[in-house]
Amino acid sequence: MTDLEVQVAPHTALADRPAALALSGLTRNYGERAALQDVSLRLPTGDTLVAFGPNGAGKTTLLRVLATLLRPHSGSVVVLDTKLPDDAWRVRGRIGLLGHESLLYRELSARENLRYHARLHNIGAERVEEQLSAVSMSARADEPVRTLSRGMVQRVAVARATLHSPELLLLDEPYANLDPAAIELVEPLIGAESECTRVVSSHDPGRGLAEADLVLGLRGGRVSLLTDSASVGPDAIAELYR
Amino acid sequence: MSAPIPPPSGKTEPHAAPSRDVHARPGRPVHAPVGKHGLDKVHARADGPHVPPRTAKVVLALLRKELLVELRTLESIPGMSLFAVTTFVVFHFALQQNTVSGQEAAGILWVTILFAAMLGINRLFVADADQGGFDGFLLAPVDRTALLLAKAASLLAYLLVLELVAVPAFALLLLGPPLGQALPGLLAPLALGDLGVAAIGTLVAALAVRTRARDLLGPLLALPLLVPVVIGCARASAPLFELTHAGGVPLRWLGTLALYDLVFGLVAYAVFDFLLED
Repeated sequence: MTDLEVQVAPHTALADRPAALALSGLTRNYGERAALQDVSLRLPTGDTLVAFGPNGAGKTTLLRVLATLLRPHSGSVVVLDTKLPDDAWRVRGRIGLLGHESLLYRELSARENLRYHARLHNIGAERVEEQLSAVSMSARADEPVRTLSRGMVQRVAVARATLHSPELLLLDEPYANLDPAAIELVEPLIGAESECTRVVSSHDPGRGLAEADLVLGLRGGRVSLLTDSASVGPDAIAELYR
Repeated sequence: MSAPIPPPSGKTEPHAAPSRDVHARPGRPVHAPVGKHGLDKVHARADGPHVPPRTAKVVLALLRKELLVELRTLESIPGMSLFAVTTFVVFHFALQQNTVSGQEAAGILWVTILFAAMLGINRLFVADADQGGFDGFLLAPVDRTALLLAKAASLLAYLLVLELVAVPAFALLLLGPPLGQALPGLLAPLALGDLGVAAIGTLVAALAVRTRARDLLGPLLALPLLVPVVIGCARASAPLFELTHAGGVPLRWLGTLALYDLVFGLVAYAVFDFLLED
């Protein structure tokens, strides 16, 4: 499949449900380079969109636009019934972002970091302990983040991203650095069990397709594939990377 | 298409209605489907929507985090203090004078404090920029002005500690007249000078930190804007450092400083949100 052969299958199942995301002609540039170009899709509330694509395809940019951290340069973006960027303030606090960076201060402990984020979201300290326990980090919660392994940092980052019980989870390669046991541990927080609407960026066709309700393939910032997960297999995903 | 991949645990299981699903919307159709695509997934947050915190509470949370990070890293205050003391030692030998007084003394004190402050200003947002603190803050449902206030307050705290070290060191190494006679009058210029440095420094640091040349851009932008503060503080302090202790603090210069602080405080308040925007 080439860039121009866009495979867009109708994803009409239960389309009567309210849309958590509705993008129309979303374009975002970095200087003169288009990081995202004319991306349009609709994701019903409670569903999972998995975005595949090679490095630089625009997956992270898409997540950052949805997180209100980047402004769309053209097109329409509606997240949780909120138009971005104009009303972005309405939706902050309802989104959980787990990106490449943990958003944790290295010199502070896991507990101090989570308490800081809890204060920003007006959440009680007991929720912090719940989250530390959920990612099995209570025992090392008072050690500086810089002394933790990457997997442990990722677990704390998961706890941070879900601390405020977001409705929409934006997950950029969320299982990076996690061993199988840790993946099982964070599954209730960021997996299908979380019952959140999710947008997941992934390079793992097996896991990604298993999680997806809707599959998005990006190449060079353009939509190459947009279809129900039932209509696509790993071969089509692998094609995106060739 | 390849063989079907088993879904992760819980993927296809119909979910029981969450016991804490407080987001069930009025008007939801009773025939709504359940299960994998069911509305039982809709808005199933653990403990309901959170009320955004008050700005004062956010400022305190940010300030607490700032001071904790500084306490752990000791990146700003020790460097600023050591720089000031070292500069006084250099002046002591370079001027080949045991003591200075009057306008000369005021100039040396305030120029040294200004350059020492630049070290703190340059570091003010570095941890946030390098460790994702900006994103963490921007994702929260809070008034962004809280970051300005917290950063300015933390810079003010750094300056206070700097002056607790620098002023006695200045008196010891360079100042002719006894510090005791100048100190009560010096408090007002110090306070107004610190406010100006904090407002302008925070504004400039927020602007510079998102650029590649932040270490260069910070001083280049801040120094011209801080010249009036240095002039005002030096003029206000000079009579206090006279050997004869000629008079009190000129109120004209204090008024000028207060006005300058107010203007830049308002400018910082007005534009800070835009500096955080993408």
